[in-house]
Amino acid sequence: MKFPTLLRAVPVVFALFSFLHLSAQDEDLLKLLGPEEEQVEYATAGFKTTRVINLHSFENNAPGVLDFKISHRFNYLNGGLYEMFGLDGATLRLGLEYGINDRLMAGVGRSTINKTYDGFVKYKLTRQSTGKVNMPVTLSWFSSITCNTLRWPDETRKNYFSSRLNYVHQLIVGRKFTEGFSAQLSPTLVHKNLVPTEDDANDILACGVGLRQKITRRTSVNFEYIYVLPGQIVSTNYNNSLSVGFDIETGGHVFQLHFTNSRGMTENYFITETQGNWFDGDISFGFNISRVFTLGSPGKKG
Amino acid sequence: MKKLLFSVVIMLTVTAAGAQVYGTRTGHIHFFSSTKMENIEADNHSVNVVLQVKTGTLQFSAQVKSFAFEKALMQEHFNENYMESNTYPKADFKGKIDNIAAIDLTKDGTYQGKISGSLTMHGVTRAITADAQFVVAGGKISGESVFNVNPKDYNIAIPSAVVDKISENIAVTVKVNLDKMQ
Repeated sequence: MKFPTLLRAVPVVFALFSFLHLSAQDEDLLKLLGPEEEQVEYATAGFKTTRVINLHSFENNAPGVLDFKISHRFNYLNGGLYEMFGLDGATLRLGLEYGINDRLMAGVGRSTINKTYDGFVKYKLTRQSTGKVNMPVTLSWFSSITCNTLRWPDETRKNYFSSRLNYVHQLIVGRKFTEGFSAQLSPTLVHKNLVPTEDDANDILACGVGLRQKITRRTSVNFEYIYVLPGQIVSTNYNNSLSVGFDIETGGHVFQLHFTNSRGMTENYFITETQGNWFDGDISFGFNISRVFTLGSPGKKG
Repeated sequence: MKKLLFSVVIMLTVTAAGAQVYGTRTGHIHFFSSTKMENIEADNHSVNVVLQVKTGTLQFSAQVKSFAFEKALMQEHFNENYMESNTYPKADFKGKIDNIAAIDLTKDGTYQGKISGSLTMHGVTRAITADAQFVVAGGKISGESVFNVNPKDYNIAIPSAVVDKISENIAVTVKVNLDKMQ
């Protein structure tokens, strides 16, 4: 009979199929687990630290990480050998900055320029990511307050404490384009409670640009320029801040070495009160040293 | 008709044998680097694992970025400077239980397995061997294995400044609880 013969062939065919199935499994067993659930992949380390050079970068301290920052800007190089090319004098800022969660960090600092105290918060509104959530840029909000604590130059007139205060608000729009290259724009508002003359604006608009190109896995070249919209600062001389720098990362430290025409290290100084002119050699050598301490643990699982 | 029934039974058995596959998405890999200067360790709790019981064929796949460290900066350096996880996102193992003929992982019990295969990470594939212990109970298989990895073997350069902090013998512990899969 033909029919049973055919039936007898069926299991052979099935066995053959099973065998084929088996060898397919050998190729990639992991496919049996089914399609993998897509994860949100955040871009990390667009900049090595929270600063491009003077400007805040779009990176935050990781949660639970305390960053002790020691920053110097020496005198201008054009002081020549007599001034050891500026090394005889320096302005200094000491800062303590802490990552509160994935999005928020805060810090305080003290600068020698005008004996200034500063405090800031920086919050990531969006985080650049691919995968489940596709977000092309990191948007960060930065706000700071500074307090100049110099003795009043004229004690006889009526002085207000509020005159010591300046405020800065900044939106940072940044993207890590490739493993090595990151860029950001920083539109900024600086508010000064006290300005020298009535013609000077209390609210000063500026826009910064910051770039980073990695040279090796642990070093990078950074560039930053801040354009102050004209017609706002009229009674004093100022120049736009221009800086080039070099980052070196070694374990728990990041060394940022740079040349800049700005001497202050808080936004209101380096954006609105930069006096140096690159073409006259008013260039300061400077550095930021970042030393991090891990105080909290970022969700380590047993 | 009897013959037909017999054939169908055979066929089903063959198919069932082919499907004797156990797996998980939550395998655990821990590594520990110990030096006088510093201990470094990390955990990954989302490792994909599949084991074919009859043939002893075994596969692992771990996302490098899923290794969690105690210190955020260590994790950043691990991904950025050492494993280059954007370029090499996964660490994979493909291998088998060499002495599978002597082990029946479908029966409850404790078994010692010899595992060999190839480990691929940071773009480098190398043959490795390891001892493993399997415990079969209640239709589940749990496995555990410890082996050593030298970063140099995988082209992972360690700069002289931190050479005292990263061991040349990094102990890798693998723990998996495998469920039977359809």
